[in-house]
Amino acid sequence: MTESTNNWEYAPSLEGTSHIQLKKRYELFIDGKWVKPSSNKYVDSINPANEEKLAEIAWASESDVDLAVKAARKAYVEVWSVMKPSERAKYIFRIARLMQEHARELAVIETLDGGKPIRESRDIDVPLACNHFFYYAGWADKLQDAFPHRNIQSIGVAGQIIPWNFPLLMAAWKIAPALAAGNTVVLKPAESTSLTALKLAEIIEASGLPAGVVNIITGYGDTGAAIVNHPDIDKIAFTGSTAVGKMIQKAVAGTRKKVSLELGGKSANIVLEDAPIDQAVEGIVNGIFFNQGHVCCAGSRLYVQESIADEVVRKLKLRMQSLYVGNPLDKNTDIGAINSKEQLETIEKYVKIGINEGAEMFQVACEIPDKGFYFRPTIFTNVAQSSVIAQEEIFGPVLTVQTFRTIDEVIQKANNSPYGLAAGVWSDKGSRIFNLTSKLRAGVIWANTYNKFDPASPFGGYKESGFGREGGLHGLEAYLK
Amino acid sequence: MTAQKNQFSEVPLSPTIDKVGVEERVSRFQTRSIKGPSKLQGLSMVLSMIDLTTLEGKDTPNKVRQMCYKAQHLHDFQEGLPTVAAVCVYPSMVSVAREALKDSPIKIASVSTAFPSGQAPFEVKKIDTQFAIDAGADEIDMVISRGKFLAGEHEFVFDEIAAIKEICGTKRLKVILETGELATLDQVRRASDIAIHAGADFIKTSTGKIQPAATMQVTYTMLMAIRDHFDRTGKMVGMKPAGGISTSKLALHNLVMVKEILGEAWLSNEWFRFGASSLANDVLMQYMKQMTGKYQSADYFMID
Repeated sequence: MTESTNNWEYAPSLEGTSHIQLKKRYELFIDGKWVKPSSNKYVDSINPANEEKLAEIAWASESDVDLAVKAARKAYVEVWSVMKPSERAKYIFRIARLMQEHARELAVIETLDGGKPIRESRDIDVPLACNHFFYYAGWADKLQDAFPHRNIQSIGVAGQIIPWNFPLLMAAWKIAPALAAGNTVVLKPAESTSLTALKLAEIIEASGLPAGVVNIITGYGDTGAAIVNHPDIDKIAFTGSTAVGKMIQKAVAGTRKKVSLELGGKSANIVLEDAPIDQAVEGIVNGIFFNQGHVCCAGSRLYVQESIADEVVRKLKLRMQSLYVGNPLDKNTDIGAINSKEQLETIEKYVKIGINEGAEMFQVACEIPDKGFYFRPTIFTNVAQSSVIAQEEIFGPVLTVQTFRTIDEVIQKANNSPYGLAAGVWSDKGSRIFNLTSKLRAGVIWANTYNKFDPASPFGGYKESGFGREGGLHGLEAYLK
Repeated sequence: MTAQKNQFSEVPLSPTIDKVGVEERVSRFQTRSIKGPSKLQGLSMVLSMIDLTTLEGKDTPNKVRQMCYKAQHLHDFQEGLPTVAAVCVYPSMVSVAREALKDSPIKIASVSTAFPSGQAPFEVKKIDTQFAIDAGADEIDMVISRGKFLAGEHEFVFDEIAAIKEICGTKRLKVILETGELATLDQVRRASDIAIHAGADFIKTSTGKIQPAATMQVTYTMLMAIRDHFDRTGKMVGMKPAGGISTSKLALHNLVMVKEILGEAWLSNEWFRFGASSLANDVLMQYMKQMTGKYQSADYFMID
């Protein structure tokens, strides 16, 4: 009998990049044309996996924002709001189909620009983004059915500001319902991850969507502020940090602008003693390490019932050893690069705080690339509710683990947070799940799974996690008067 | 045997299993990239882990002899290929296989205990097993009494396995759960825990006579039982998915799963086997494709 050698490594398998088309420099997409920024300023967009420059993107100033809003207003009044809804649907379907045709290119660019593993951008981000367009395209000519006994009216011009963690997907979440409801859009992607939104602008251009219906402008916080403060914008939709969300809320106070905010979170993932433990461990891993933990609804606070805590932590540590951290373009990679240097520093800061607080740290001893921004999957045990690392959003692959004794205790602890975006419950018993889900103050609650998204399912938070819902009919209603 | 007897009361509680979660986990094993040298090594490993099987009512000595030749000569045109791990036959064919394999290191596995249904008196099952061992079997693949198991008589199932293990002595015992008849993953897990604690050296999914057989979900569930047992006791138990694994791709996905759940210590035919009748030739075709860059027709790979 031939004895096999036991050591077996997977082959590195880098997704090809030769098929993608990136310009050296991207202008602003305003009124269906590519326009130079009035300041003539550009910033570099880099690949966080190796710190190499990918392209230059324009830095839009107030006057560029004004131009974009004017174009959006004109398109709203003259074309989009008066177009037959069934015609609007055709355009949105067309965008969805074109995105599918460019799926591979979009996935690779998403991974290059943001650092997320190709497996995720290919299997999750891009298909979901397409599905959002398909889903809302279907509603465009059925608004009266969606909201019966109502006079259906669009709002007008929507200013939309999106974050860097799911660049294309967030653009889809924002643009698709706005268009379906008959609004026009000025969208600003995050400065570190604008490239897929700009590719989407190219797709929109190719779709023949009337000029000005979607305008995509890039830039920093001042560009975003100019959108928020522009007097001719009717609705602000923002996804990002709670700090910026509060600034926006203040800025629009006293104006006619409608606002929806999807902000931070520190979501509780709760494992009861009768849970399917091995699947719960998977859910914990998926909850905190998906997209390097750059997920607003990440299950970053783990609560494990004390009777099974040792076993769960042991199994979690074991499972973490089989995570592959490294080049995001490698199909084997489970955890890619941290999105930016700043974010890496934030994560490192919190990990130091955790150590100083006396929490016990466990990190996977895997190798990570020398260049680029990477952080090893990390968990902290021996954490208290009052530990800083258990209260504040870290937005990285860092999990805190707390134990609890009774169900009432864990409900109290899970709700004891300024945030309320999401939660997870793991139990084999349906009645327990319903008991918890009815008492947890969180916008999205998953039972025996985590980080599942669907265009038909509304998403949004309680308390400092924001207000307003995106996805499903709720998300459509946010774009109607 | 001097080892202390295992007690049914010592079988630990089995964890609950969430099928949706298992499906999700399993799908991740299928996205690992196996190509180039990694694929070649994987394919070679698969070949060395095969229990080349014929379990038909129409089996004859000549059929078994031909299969035994194939087991030793997988594809003589290619140097450096391993042989399969074992041949797997009915008890009545063990002596034929023994004679055909002579002093080859290839093991002879015999099914027993009224395979495949297990619906025979206990005494008959014992005789069946003893007969196979006397005829020269190195390994025994027994079936559990699924009827008893589903009726809730778990202790009966436990005792039966323990008794057969006693007859086996140092011969390795594989316990077939016939997961296609157990229906839920919770039952698969319970049966795995019972078999392991009753003394199974290997746990095996299926007879090959019932569909579905060795799905990745089922194998995953059984691997987790082995994992938990190892973590609790430090003792390794082997795994044998059987039935339905007929392509290289599926076999490699299984190896990925073993590597990531149990670790590389299990990546040898001492601890992992494939029960299969048609897998070998698909692996050989893929192997030759890797070596030559060209796909050859099935007519260049001999069936026996």
